[in-house]
Amino acid sequence: MAVVTLAKALNMALRDALRQDERVLVLGEDVGRLGGVFRVTDGLTGEFGEQRCFDTPLAESGIVGYAVGLATEGFRPVVEIQFDAFAYPAFEQIASHVAKLRNRTRGRLALPMVIRIPYGGGIGGVEHHSDSSEAYYAHTPGLKVATPATAEDAYWLLRDAVHSSDPVVFMEPKKLYWSEEDADLDRRRVAHFGRAVVRRQGRDATLVAYGPAVPVALDAAAQAAREGIELEVVDLRTLVPFDDETVSASVRRTGRCVVVQEAQGFAGVGAEVVARVQERCFHSLEAPVLRVSGFDIPYPPPKLEHAHLPGVHRVLDAVHRLQYDDEPDVRHLDRGVA
Amino acid sequence: MSATLPPQTVQAMLPAPAPVCFVTESGKAAEAPADYPAPSDELLREAYRRMVVGRRYDEQATALAKQGRLAVYPSSRGQEACQIGAALALREHDWLVPTYRDSVAVHARGVDPVQVLTLLRGDWHCGYDPAATRVAPQCTPLATQLLHATGMADGMRRKGEDGVVLALVGDGGTSEGDFHEALNFAAVFRAPVVFLVQNNQYAISVPLARQTAAPALAYKGIGYGVHAEQVDGNDVMAVLAVMTAAVDHARRGDGPVLVEAQTYRVEPHTDSDDPSRYRDEEETLRWAAADPVRRLETYLRDREVLTERDVETAQAEGEAVAADVRGRIDLDQTPDPLALFDHVYAEPTPQLLEQRDQLAAEMKERED
Repeated sequence: MAVVTLAKALNMALRDALRQDERVLVLGEDVGRLGGVFRVTDGLTGEFGEQRCFDTPLAESGIVGYAVGLATEGFRPVVEIQFDAFAYPAFEQIASHVAKLRNRTRGRLALPMVIRIPYGGGIGGVEHHSDSSEAYYAHTPGLKVATPATAEDAYWLLRDAVHSSDPVVFMEPKKLYWSEEDADLDRRRVAHFGRAVVRRQGRDATLVAYGPAVPVALDAAAQAAREGIELEVVDLRTLVPFDDETVSASVRRTGRCVVVQEAQGFAGVGAEVVARVQERCFHSLEAPVLRVSGFDIPYPPPKLEHAHLPGVHRVLDAVHRLQYDDEPDVRHLDRGVA
Repeated sequence: MSATLPPQTVQAMLPAPAPVCFVTESGKAAEAPADYPAPSDELLREAYRRMVVGRRYDEQATALAKQGRLAVYPSSRGQEACQIGAALALREHDWLVPTYRDSVAVHARGVDPVQVLTLLRGDWHCGYDPAATRVAPQCTPLATQLLHATGMADGMRRKGEDGVVLALVGDGGTSEGDFHEALNFAAVFRAPVVFLVQNNQYAISVPLARQTAAPALAYKGIGYGVHAEQVDGNDVMAVLAVMTAAVDHARRGDGPVLVEAQTYRVEPHTDSDDPSRYRDEEETLRWAAADPVRRLETYLRDREVLTERDVETAQAEGEAVAADVRGRIDLDQTPDPLALFDHVYAEPTPQLLEQRDQLAAEMKERED
């Protein structure tokens, strides 16, 4: 066991992927000598040379479209987009080509590639540096979407993503890049990709979270325990594929569910989770399934992000609302939807 | 990657002041032949044969669209010199990266003529095997394919192969951001890719003057450090000469090339378009006089390189291709709806498998 940060775990995953498979290439803006603005590609050019980890011109559509061509020729590109909102110029390439080439060619051309996107807020970034854009990708058939919340998951999910025959949009919660963990990355203990995990067991309600919301959910569960409420916390790990089995099993046990996401709520991933839980667990539910999310506003400036980001208090408030009353107070449910 | 560019002047990268032309509109040798070796008579005879077949194929596809047997067909009539010139410039291992208007070039590259039309008839998106034919799927979003072409070219170079990628785009596509990003990436990475702009004067209804204020689209190369040339796109002799030089340039490792072929879309954008709303008949007639097939035929016949018998043979081959397409286009079975769920992922998600079961149940219900 050794203490690693989530960013370091990603760096180790890339290094091991480059070592294991010479088809793997790492490319993007500043990934070379600088090692990426978050240093996730630190040292890779030094170890593997400019042919394997290299800087490109500054153009996101260009980076992704060029990687499509490399993948067509048998390479396995791992693309770094610097910040969430910078990926939008590449959205056409991602939605029209990365997601669809296998389907368009009836399986004759495949695009095993990974698009790494640091996402989410909480680091005091100025505008366009803190978007939660995962729903756009999760909504696009043909893409797989992963988002780790721990260093161990970061390592193995990225290894799996690079190894996958399907294109993966890999959403990295930048708020958690520097969170440290005592992790043993040498040996895989469980399947990660496509499988949600119960991070904390509890009997009274299930919190479903992913990415940057997982530590928030765990903090809320720790605090609720002090009030005598035992919350179960499920970390989705991948949004596509979605692990209905683990989520439904948990909600059936607890009878109550709150979905926690940092992203704006309307038409987001949380809405999908709520719908799936209602469809599958209706007869086990003791209360409506609630969502806790960011507000439906453009990501706020740094001095106001604390007001936007769903924190422990907002999660506990939701838990209290659904938990023990006969008539749950749903006043807040319409927030932002009018 | 870090290779320095060979010494070259701005002048050397600029296109010729006027489009390269070997044969005039009336089929005579042009007065001042360009600084390119002339293609052999043998190659010109081959180009002629393929252009005649290509035109007949295009006419047949247009007719099928009018009959409702294709969902849509964007004709390339009048652009045969570009389509055939592109296909003939390539070696077997090279890639052709076409758009939806390049069916004739795709066919000339050896793809089964019915499979070429799969996209346009509406059963699947691409009917041929791109890896086996070295022809990328016909691309619908404009200019996006140019970036793929650049990556493919660089991929081949990285593997030590001497393949070249020829990417096709229209005049409208040159306004898209991906056109500029592709030229820039190609130049920076010295990718062996040739971009052929078929400037057919209109992006659906929008004329070239609304597309660019540049003296010619070929001038866009210099801003990226890309060698460029402009060519008479209705003179297949010139297209072959320029494209062969461009492909050789890229294959040698001297970097990408941008070629603008000036041509004209004789037919509507697709069968649902009404060109009388945006261009006058006089213009169409003027361009009809520049017809690439007749021009080459006159030139070759005058020089007795082409005989009546050659012309008849080419036409017979065109008829045979058209008959083959007519005969087979309706024979293919309607695709199985359950195949909708194939090839979305290599490893389908549980959700997709559930939906497949749902559709299977719906289909069974309808049968019962």
